[in-house]
Amino acid sequence: MRPILMKGHERPLTFLKYNRDGDLLFSCAKDHTPNVWFADNGERLGTYRGHNGAVWCCDVSRDSSRLITGSADQSAKLWDVQSGQQVFTFNFDSPTRSVEFSVGDKLAVITTDPFMELTSAIHVKRIAGDPADQTAESILTLKVPQGRMKINRAVWGPLNSTIISAGEDAIIRIWDSETGKLLQENQKEEGHTKTITSLVKSPDGSHFLTGSLDKSAKLWDTRTLTLIKTYRTESPVNAVAMSPLLNHVVLGGGQDAINVTTTDHRAGKFEAKFYDKILQEEIGGVKGHFGPINALAFNPDGKSFSSGGEDGYIRLHHFDHDYFNIKI
Amino acid sequence: MKSKKTICFCIPAWKPKEENDQEKPDDESLSSSRRRRSKRKGEHVVSTAHNNDHGEGNTGTAHEIRQAKARWGELDEDDGDDLDFLLLPPKEVIGPNENGVKKVIEYKFNEEGKKVKITTTVRTRKVAKARLSKQAAERRSWAKFGEAVNENVGESRTLVSTEEIQLERPKAPGSSKAAKPEPLAPKNNATYIKCRYCKGEHWTSSCPHKDLFQDTEVSEVPVSDNQTPGASKTTYVPPGLRPRADKTEVRPRRDENSVRVTNLSEDTREPDLRELFLPFGEVSRVYVALDKETQVSRGFGFVNFLRREDAQKAINKLNGYGYDNLILSVEWAAPRPN
Repeated sequence: MRPILMKGHERPLTFLKYNRDGDLLFSCAKDHTPNVWFADNGERLGTYRGHNGAVWCCDVSRDSSRLITGSADQSAKLWDVQSGQQVFTFNFDSPTRSVEFSVGDKLAVITTDPFMELTSAIHVKRIAGDPADQTAESILTLKVPQGRMKINRAVWGPLNSTIISAGEDAIIRIWDSETGKLLQENQKEEGHTKTITSLVKSPDGSHFLTGSLDKSAKLWDTRTLTLIKTYRTESPVNAVAMSPLLNHVVLGGGQDAINVTTTDHRAGKFEAKFYDKILQEEIGGVKGHFGPINALAFNPDGKSFSSGGEDGYIRLHHFDHDYFNIKI
Repeated sequence: MKSKKTICFCIPAWKPKEENDQEKPDDESLSSSRRRRSKRKGEHVVSTAHNNDHGEGNTGTAHEIRQAKARWGELDEDDGDDLDFLLLPPKEVIGPNENGVKKVIEYKFNEEGKKVKITTTVRTRKVAKARLSKQAAERRSWAKFGEAVNENVGESRTLVSTEEIQLERPKAPGSSKAAKPEPLAPKNNATYIKCRYCKGEHWTSSCPHKDLFQDTEVSEVPVSDNQTPGASKTTYVPPGLRPRADKTEVRPRRDENSVRVTNLSEDTREPDLRELFLPFGEVSRVYVALDKETQVSRGFGFVNFLRREDAQKAINKLNGYGYDNLILSVEWAAPRPN
């Protein structure tokens, strides 16, 4: 396949998200401007100007009308996707790390980093249909128990009844989204041993995949929080993605600190690794990035995927026919 | 989306046109049902039953077709060329390529009795499912905003990669390296080295001498076993402890029998070179140059033989030898500067 290279960002990519129809791709990077691209040919549609810090995460509503972004400038912003205008700003006391719309786009879960005396927290905000009615008040705020533990990702559970969070302490927690009570934590023995960097849900929400710096990714059952599968690689995992069409998971990662040397300049050797979801075996890798891969996303139709790297490039791959016929 | 249809004509009083005669009614029954079938799929294809009739009479259409089909299946290429004023080459279908374009090449006789080739190009496209949903199609026409406003196509941030990137399947562990040296030290039937005189597992040149080669190897093995307990043929044995047969003279300086091998693959290592060069004679030392940081081979290495003749044989045989998908270059090593 011939990847399409999109260089819209000068700084490393942090997050990639497709809209529900699969025709738009939103990219967030450490430069302060999220971009939106057409997902078929990689043509850029526009940029969202307004943030003053690295943009860590974004999510788009189901009808692709609203975009929410979380940034290190201690705010989360709501944007109109078509015009690029800011609709609303949620201000916080610490950098925001993860954002997600709920099913139905009426609520959003926003996490904030630990900052000075504050601990990491999970905020739930109501999203009004009409921008004029939008308020900044939180419906729910969950504070994480211990000190400097940062939550890297928080997503809605099935039917918005729960919030699933994962972070630096390598423990996955499930919270009740109405009462804020901690419902479950994963078993320590089967869980990750280092920071969980990424979390992605299956299309139906029945299972989710977490990637961690302990060089593995784990597949969990949403209801019982039991470990289903483990995928091992040789480098820390920064980003994970699940194919909506085939039973594949993709892991993207970096380089172990010990292997980093200034003279090792083999170009394009960072790869997104494909694994069979059920057999846990590596199917192959797609090379090409010049730096560690920080973001991965699958198009909802499963026929293409994109990866964003530390090099600031987004690589958009449309699969060849043989991809769909791969047999282990 | 459909292409042009081809229609067959029926012209009486022509022997080959018996095919046409039959084709017409058959066409109606067969291809119309085919057409009906394909209409459901949204595809329009006209295919005609090919009747390569060797002059049999009209015995009934369905039967004829069955027969003709059976015969057409057994028909081989040559027949088409010989009696080509009577027989038509079989219909070719060049299957749908990546754009969904299918070509059907048929041969017919036209009104004047000339053989004509009719190429039908069919592109099938599923009409039911549009590629973009209505909202997505609308979004396609949105105005650019933000920093993309002033972008024209020339300075676009997007470019298609010139490289073709594949999903690289992982190598099965142990398969590639383990398999390669085997042909040279053959353990299976398909051996690379076969002596033309005695069919032994050695190079042909001067076969009677090769017997010697084999004998020395065979005899040396038990000798070396005694002298260096536990050492097998592929273990490294220092020169001082090596078994010395009378006919060999250990060259005092190892550089004299040094062979440089270049264009090695990335993961070639000393044991691979040793196994590759061992059939030519005793190897005193192998060395593969490695990149210090990444530990991959820099693509070259040195092999030192005990005997100069063995080194020469190795150069003769292995220069240009394909090893691990690269063509090796084997030559005398330049003397080391002192």
